[in-house]
Amino acid sequence: MKLAYWPGCVSRGFTPELHGSMELTAKALDIELVTLDRANCCGAGVIAEHNQELADTLNARTFALAQDTGLAMMNICSTCQGAQSECQERLDADSAYRAHINETLSGEGLAYTKDKDGFTNKNFLWLLVEDVGLETLKSKVKRPLEGLRVGPFYGCYVIRPKQRLGYDDHPDRDLYLERVIETLGGEVVEYDGARRCCGFPVITMNRETSLKQAGTHVGDAIDAGADCLVTPCPLCHLNLDMQQPEAAKVVGRDLGLAVLHLPQLVGLALGYSPKELGMPKHIASTVAVDDRVAAMA
Amino acid sequence: MAEYTLKVRRFQPEATDEDKRGAYWDNFDVELDPTLSVLDGLLQARDGEDGSLAVRCSCRAAICGSCGVKINGQSTLACKTQIGEAAEEAERKADGESTTSETGKPEIVIEPMGNMPVIKDLVVDMESTHWEKYRRVTPWLMPSGPPPEREYIVSAEAMVDVTQSVACIQCGSCVSACLSMEADPDFIGPAALAKAYRFVGDPRDGQTTERLYDLANDQHGIYDCTHCFSCIDACPKGVAPMNQIMRLRRLAGHDHDIQDVNNGRNHELAFVKNIEKKGTLDESLLLQESFAPGIKGKLLPTIRSMKGLIESIPTAIRGIRTGKMRSVPKLIPGVHHKLPGDAQDHVKRIYDKTEESRIELNLYVIGEGGEEEGAPGAEGVRAEDITAAAQAEEVTPS
Ligand code: SF4
Ligand code: SF4
Ligand code: FES
Repeated sequence: MKLAYWPGCVSRGFTPELHGSMELTAKALDIELVTLDRANCCGAGVIAEHNQELADTLNARTFALAQDTGLAMMNICSTCQGAQSECQERLDADSAYRAHINETLSGEGLAYTKDKDGFTNKNFLWLLVEDVGLETLKSKVKRPLEGLRVGPFYGCYVIRPKQRLGYDDHPDRDLYLERVIETLGGEVVEYDGARRCCGFPVITMNRETSLKQAGTHVGDAIDAGADCLVTPCPLCHLNLDMQQPEAAKVVGRDLGLAVLHLPQLVGLALGYSPKELGMPKHIASTVAVDDRVAAMA
Repeated sequence: MAEYTLKVRRFQPEATDEDKRGAYWDNFDVELDPTLSVLDGLLQARDGEDGSLAVRCSCRAAICGSCGVKINGQSTLACKTQIGEAAEEAERKADGESTTSETGKPEIVIEPMGNMPVIKDLVVDMESTHWEKYRRVTPWLMPSGPPPEREYIVSAEAMVDVTQSVACIQCGSCVSACLSMEADPDFIGPAALAKAYRFVGDPRDGQTTERLYDLANDQHGIYDCTHCFSCIDACPKGVAPMNQIMRLRRLAGHDHDIQDVNNGRNHELAFVKNIEKKGTLDESLLLQESFAPGIKGKLLPTIRSMKGLIESIPTAIRGIRTGKMRSVPKLIPGVHHKLPGDAQDHVKRIYDKTEESRIELNLYVIGEGGEEEGAPGAEGVRAEDITAAAQAEEVTPS
């Protein structure tokens, strides 16, 4: 499988271990990634909040670059998925608007075409279930994650709003993380936070509101007996992992729960070591997970 | 006719039985046509099995807004949800897990709305969590100057712009689902803020700036929304409160240049400028610029924003320690690379062009995927819509 790959900004910024682990995991899954290195930030909803047309044009540019490769597009960030889907929804809804946006893009020789060769832009999670397939994934597992108790954490942008995110055609997208965890041999931990918000979008605006959300979800997962969380969103990772010590102060309790990026969890089951997958870079110690993995191998 | 099991979250404050102290679960088996509503199911249970089951309802037609509950975890109206569909959703969410219900199928789980104190069973107190916040945004028109002799004349485009927020029936489903409110009960919240847009966007109102100033300078106002989309999926009327909040931010920040107490405007500007210069996010620069634009720009940082910058230091130090942030571009704001070749120039060109036109396409007005169903000639209609949208921008009162 060959894909046009949009790594996003954060996976090459404050969560470099995500980009690295995705490259390894892709290799093990026989996925060839063609990085869209000219593409721009999705705007994370902030640019759309500032100027909708600007956000739509910037993302149309990314789609056009992807379409030029003739490949389907993949992202590894719930927020990229949500922000890009929002723009795509508007671009697809109105041909005159699309023509207007394409006129702006024409200066670079680019154009976004609706449904060109069945163009899709999917988060790695969706791609894993819908295109790679859980059967294939299972057949590639070298180290079943037996006994590893994993709490799923989706990130708002891949589960809401349902109408925009293709749930009509793929109604179970809000169940995929659980299915992937099980396919990899892990145990799903049920807790309240799985489909709630990590709080990241307001971290610079209302730190208290933001970290209370992160801290509550991490705490709930610990209480439910999780060894770690897994998320397809690096922005969630920033609030759940990088800010975890700060979140602990806000909720007034000890935390200390590893938070894995989705490609890391998959990578562990495909045989890579925690170190290869960049887990020592995390803020919340992954030692508990490392130990379990060592016991499996 | 089909059989369903309703698993209802109950609370009977007057109950004396041991097992009815505090909140508890109760199962009811009902039998009705799948196209009837969950509310019909609840009423059948109340009439046939337990007269003490408290549920609020009136119109039974998604008009009055009194029957808000959570069904299988989703905040919505009981009268607008078909019981057959609710059963399918319960089954889907169980995802193959076995069940203990009598029908052999997963129960339909019904709970009172969230973020609100429960009075009895499914009846919640909406006063402090909804109505008080609703009154907080001054939900009536405040025209300036003496009223016209006859009616107000308003362009159709301008009214179309507020129709979406006018559609609200005050059911509180969005409030129930709001994830910022879970963490900050003082957040003004989705329903009240959608209502605020209804008046901010109304050209007859004479207090637009004051309203925006008020909402931006409440720490629990428009910049306290965590952008979780929950209110969008909860709303039975397509109000999309979050979208209205984002429009309020756009108006407060861009059109009225209001500096808010939550640093939202600075954060937005820092982010937008960051991408214009670099194409991808320079997180170090974003942090510095959104908290302290005074260091490089012309604005002086406020005490509050300096506090924010200082609060981010321990996190940065931890990041350097683990290697997460151990590289020159991540340590020194502004060193981050640009996009390769001439790509950055093209991004800049997009900025120059769209910051002029700033078109806003409202899918509520034009209809999603409308062009497919559109008759021949739809293209022309759409082009007009775009102009109308651009004009609607212009008539927004200042
Ligand atoms: S998007 Fe904002 S207002 Fe809507 S539910 Fe989430 S936090 Fe609340
Ligand atoms: S915005 Fe929608 S969900 Fe919220 S109160 Fe109004 S009708 Fe109900
Ligand atoms: S009973 Fe009136 S809205 Fe449901």
